[in-house]
Amino acid sequence: MAVSGSVASTGAGPRTRAPVPDPHLDLERYEADADLMTLSLGPQHPSTHGVFRVVLYLDGETIVKAVPHAGYLHRGVEKLCEKLSYSNVVPILDKNDYVAPMLNEQAACMAFERLMGVEVPIRARWLRTLLAELQRIASHLLALGTFAIDLGGALGGGTSVFMYCFRERELILDLFEELTGCRFHYNTHCIGGNRHDVPPGWPELVRAALATIEARFDAYLAMLEHPIFADRTRGVGTIDAGLALELGLSGPNLRASGVDHDLRRDAPYHVYDLLEVRVATDSGGDCWSRYKVRVDEIRESLRLVRLLLDDLPAGPLSSTKPLGVVSQFKATTGQVYVGIESPRGELGTWVIADARKATSPYRMKLRPPSLHAVAAIPYVLPGHTLSDAIAILGSLDPIMGEVDR
Amino acid sequence: MTNDPWLRALLEGAAVVTALMTAVAWITWLERKIAGRIQSRLGPTMVGPFGLLQPLADAVKSMQKESIVPRDADALLFWLAPPLTLALALGTAAVIPFSPGLLASDVDIGVLYALALSGLLSFPIWIAGWASNNKYSLLGGMRMVAQGISYEIPMVLSALVPVVLAGTLSMGGVVRHQAEHGWFVVSAPGVGFVAFLVFLLTALAEGNRIPFDIPEAESELVAGPTTEYTAIQWSLFAAAEYAHSLLASAIAATLFLGGWDGPVLPPAVWMVLKTGALFLLITWLRWSLLRLRSDQLMSLCWKLLVPLTLLLLLGAGTWVTLAT
Repeated sequence: MAVSGSVASTGAGPRTRAPVPDPHLDLERYEADADLMTLSLGPQHPSTHGVFRVVLYLDGETIVKAVPHAGYLHRGVEKLCEKLSYSNVVPILDKNDYVAPMLNEQAACMAFERLMGVEVPIRARWLRTLLAELQRIASHLLALGTFAIDLGGALGGGTSVFMYCFRERELILDLFEELTGCRFHYNTHCIGGNRHDVPPGWPELVRAALATIEARFDAYLAMLEHPIFADRTRGVGTIDAGLALELGLSGPNLRASGVDHDLRRDAPYHVYDLLEVRVATDSGGDCWSRYKVRVDEIRESLRLVRLLLDDLPAGPLSSTKPLGVVSQFKATTGQVYVGIESPRGELGTWVIADARKATSPYRMKLRPPSLHAVAAIPYVLPGHTLSDAIAILGSLDPIMGEVDR
Repeated sequence: MTNDPWLRALLEGAAVVTALMTAVAWITWLERKIAGRIQSRLGPTMVGPFGLLQPLADAVKSMQKESIVPRDADALLFWLAPPLTLALALGTAAVIPFSPGLLASDVDIGVLYALALSGLLSFPIWIAGWASNNKYSLLGGMRMVAQGISYEIPMVLSALVPVVLAGTLSMGGVVRHQAEHGWFVVSAPGVGFVAFLVFLLTALAEGNRIPFDIPEAESELVAGPTTEYTAIQWSLFAAAEYAHSLLASAIAATLFLGGWDGPVLPPAVWMVLKTGALFLLITWLRWSLLRLRSDQLMSLCWKLLVPLTLLLLLGAGTWVTLAT
């Protein structure tokens, strides 16, 4: 089948294929039953960010081997997509990356639009960019807050930072509620455009929220970035660029390893080609770098949202009519891969159409960035202590809803 | 008062413990209020005016819950650990001088007694970690032991600084010396102040308070040694933690801040004010700092605090020699 309208994700620079060390090599030093303690961390554990389990082989408190077990949240979403009509697929993808639902909707809509050759009006593309950046701020704030909890416990300074982050995230959810009526699973994107137009006075609300976030942000970063935080994150969980590329890491996790790669700039979609996205990178590859990249991305997103707000173009919000019959959207042939930059990395959607079932995808495959982040666990954890393991898990920021799908 | 010394000791002990447990109940309320304000929340508001009856509600709740002993736990040790923790935490109160007349027993080795009792605190926690037969508890207990051997030495050494300066091991004696010659935190140049900071830091480690709540580490070990505990047994651990924080503040206030000494106000009020201020400081630290790692605490204690406190001790000795 011909690949039509696919967006190739361009890797930046030559890919160094360093041999990946075998994470289980160290095990030979131990008589498995005699020296090691097996600790099954999860699936119900305060710091596994959802239902996720890692089996840790501990020598004292040092991790010798780590085996991640995902799948507790598997819902068969990809299979479900084959049963639903194109327009009905969009809202159920909200539940995948439940911290950034806007981006899930956008990924699916873009894939379907490319598949069917549907044009998206400029106002909708503009609004989509705006929503994506707002969502990125909200998502990174959550990542920051939960990371602080992982380092500081549920009853301590970590929770304070967590509460501040959630207070600010709440402001953005309020904005989304104002726009779509929903705080979490928005269903605001449809094939061909957006469903909900900007209500009167909304841009002012956004500006006010951004000003509040910006004013408070530095204060609690100053609170977080003290020597204890640096001690706990610097040099912990280092992923070098070679390993990161080999594992297929993307987003902040990849950029923290020094690979300057961001689909918003390297393979622009929406209206990113009109914007100059300043990509945040850091060279450390450790927990500190991943934290730093997210913080810089929040600042960059704040700037982008302001830019986008200033000249939201007029015009229609959707090129398609409101949904009448299921067969309104049909695709008989072709396949499309669309990758967009979600807060966690490259969120890919691959759709295959077939004439025998024109109203729904013949096959749909999602590429969740968190899956690749989780795949890093067996390579990164060995050699670290249990405390570091929690910090590393938090810094990778996986969302189990999209890992397990 | 009766003349029977045993009855007198019993009555006094009961009075001290009652007063302390009451204080513990309401400092939990205070801490939750402060934590709430720090995190832009309100804290308890629903039970009683300003949520003041929240501690009572919590106590009733935890008492009427089922105490679960895991099947594979060592039942005897499992039951023993919580009351032992609380007893050791409260035992320190016997030598704390609240005012010249209000002092359960002014033994002449008061400082030694207080340090020894609080030094034992890591044992019931290790017992709890072992008896629970849970891997998180075991790791927590192990961390407690590692922590115990790390903070204990700088703590004792820093507490010896006021002892050397005052020339007595009696708590009351230390305060009386400070009342005459000025509080140690300012009077001995630099030495007293640094020793005070080290003592406070190690007291945080002893009480498992952030940044040293490494054995408990909710985000890593679920709840550390107390993971398997429920109902009133868990509450005993919690009460012990608060009692320890309060008493450690009181000891620090006695050794370094002049205890009951102060102008105008009655001595007992000064003591309560100083203890309260230190407790607020501990609370403030708790709700704004993150947690250190076990090995980082050990290297901090052994590589920095032990040499530092030895130097302080030397400095205190020199100062006393020069002063006399």
